[in-house]
Amino acid sequence: MSKGEIVMGALAPHPPHLVYAENPPQNEATAEGGWEELRWGYERLRDSLSEKDYDVIIIHTPHWATFVGTHFLGVEKFKSLSVDPIFPNIFRYNYDLTVDVELSKAIHDSAAEEGLLVKMMENPDFRIDYGTITSGHLVNPKWDKPIVCISSNRSKFYFNSELMQANMIKLGKATRRAVEASGKKALLLSSNSLSHRHFTTEPEIPEDMSKEHITNHNQYLWDMKMINLMKEGKTKELIDLMPDFTEQTVAETEAGCLTWLMSALDFPDYKATVHAYGTVIGTGNAIIGWDPKKAKI
Amino acid sequence: MRDDNVCKGILVPGLPHPLLCPEKNEGWQRVRDAYEKARVELEESGAEILVLYSTFWPSILGHQIQAYPEPEWTYVDEEFHDLGSIDYKFRMDPEFAELAVTKCKERGLHARTVSYYGFPIDTGSIVALKLLNPENKLPAIIVSSNMYANRAESIVLGKSVRDAIDASGKKAAVVVVSALSNRLHTVEIDPKEDRIHSLKDHEWNSKFLEYLEKGRLEDVSQLSRQFHNEARVPKVVSFKPFWIMASIMGQNNLYDGNVLAYEPICGTGAAVVTLTPAEDTAGDLEYDEDDPEFYKGDREVLDFYDQPGMGPLEERDGD
Ligand SMILES: [Fe+2]
Repeated sequence: MSKGEIVMGALAPHPPHLVYAENPPQNEATAEGGWEELRWGYERLRDSLSEKDYDVIIIHTPHWATFVGTHFLGVEKFKSLSVDPIFPNIFRYNYDLTVDVELSKAIHDSAAEEGLLVKMMENPDFRIDYGTITSGHLVNPKWDKPIVCISSNRSKFYFNSELMQANMIKLGKATRRAVEASGKKALLLSSNSLSHRHFTTEPEIPEDMSKEHITNHNQYLWDMKMINLMKEGKTKELIDLMPDFTEQTVAETEAGCLTWLMSALDFPDYKATVHAYGTVIGTGNAIIGWDPKKAKI
Repeated sequence: MRDDNVCKGILVPGLPHPLLCPEKNEGWQRVRDAYEKARVELEESGAEILVLYSTFWPSILGHQIQAYPEPEWTYVDEEFHDLGSIDYKFRMDPEFAELAVTKCKERGLHARTVSYYGFPIDTGSIVALKLLNPENKLPAIIVSSNMYANRAESIVLGKSVRDAIDASGKKAAVVVVSALSNRLHTVEIDPKEDRIHSLKDHEWNSKFLEYLEKGRLEDVSQLSRQFHNEARVPKVVSFKPFWIMASIMGQNNLYDGNVLAYEPICGTGAAVVTLTPAEDTAGDLEYDEDDPEFYKGDREVLDFYDQPGMGPLEERDGD
């Protein structure tokens, strides 16, 4: 068996608005459009993936929050309806997806070897979180690849950002090792926004773009700081700044997804490709790809 | 008992263990038994509608109120999925939910009903409704817990719900779904070994229960910020359940308290407490009086020896 590899990693945020705006048949709500910059960014990410051959998509999601360890999906098929608890008016999505349980279990075991507390989720009635569904849809709307879905352990709440990051670095390493041992080619997604202070009201027409902007300038400056570090390949500095960034902008990086991704990619020192930056109800969202092939050039 | 449109207040914990596996721990079973006692109290209270406020349901866009007439699902908790699935079918009161939203808007809040098939009702609401209202005898509404709301917004939310209850002409019971101390064990534990996460959490829980036993709802409301700092993992900006409960029931200490259980569930402080409006008599401590609208004669608030029993405080100081 040849050695498996991570063919690409991406920051792939999950505002359900981006799915809503596209009017896919799976979603019950319909829109007149909206958030084009971000949606076109996802188009560019999909284009960059079209040349890649990969077997599985591994998603680390903020919206499956666990407090006792990190959990992994351990059932092969899930088919149900995902209704967003915050934005049920725009996201009621019928999903039908397949899980690569073998790889899921392999990452689970590898994480246990790193000393992390882990658990397989084996209840077939489990409902998949809307973060996974949204990022999964926007990257691969056909859902023709199996996924691995990893919960976000909320050690930041119980301890602090530093401990959360230390655990996510271990989880990233464990993920890379398991992928390599599996012989599979994997796409990794960090399903999170950057700055995350929301507006607390919604315009009457959710896609009214005259109402869309960053919540405050501080968030914008921090988002740019972090994105520039990614563009420059300074991902270790990015990790160092993550606790401050998370604190200052109530960033969704608190869930650990991005730290996990950076570790799984072994802290890229090559340039990331920024496909888009835009806001969704005031939060900062970037679509960014890391292609390990670039490291070898 | 004082005649009031809100005839019962109930605090319950929301974790699924008392529903799904009470037999694994004697304390979880006692919480389950306490739910049953609270259910009987609720049934005998004369309530015609249930108003649930769940700290397990966070909202961002103002306040959401569940209004789908008969939500139905097979639910799995995202943390405790290995305990099994929960089938549910509930009965909501869409008309009352709309009325509550109208009243919220009248007081300047951003609020809306949610009424969608498959909406993910939270674990806490599911557990509370299954155990307190198993046959759906009472129609209910569920009110979300806004992540960013602080005291002023929470108090106004409670008052808006109260406006709706008064306008509906119905008797209501208020159910608040919340742990006291909320620090979970972050490692797997043997259920038999469950205990409150720390002595400090336990002491704060005990202090709150001491007040609640005496029906001192406004006191725990006033101490909520302190409790948040001392005994809560700060996942949200503030500890809101008693602000909400007090502002719906009346911001005073005029209740008969009944602590039916206090046990650890996975490290958190799980209490079942009922509050019943007590006779309208002024006490001698802060917030012991109601908020009178009309003068009905001297209530002898300054006559120390004529006060109702206030527990150890009075006994010690009164002679
Ligand atoms: Fe999110």
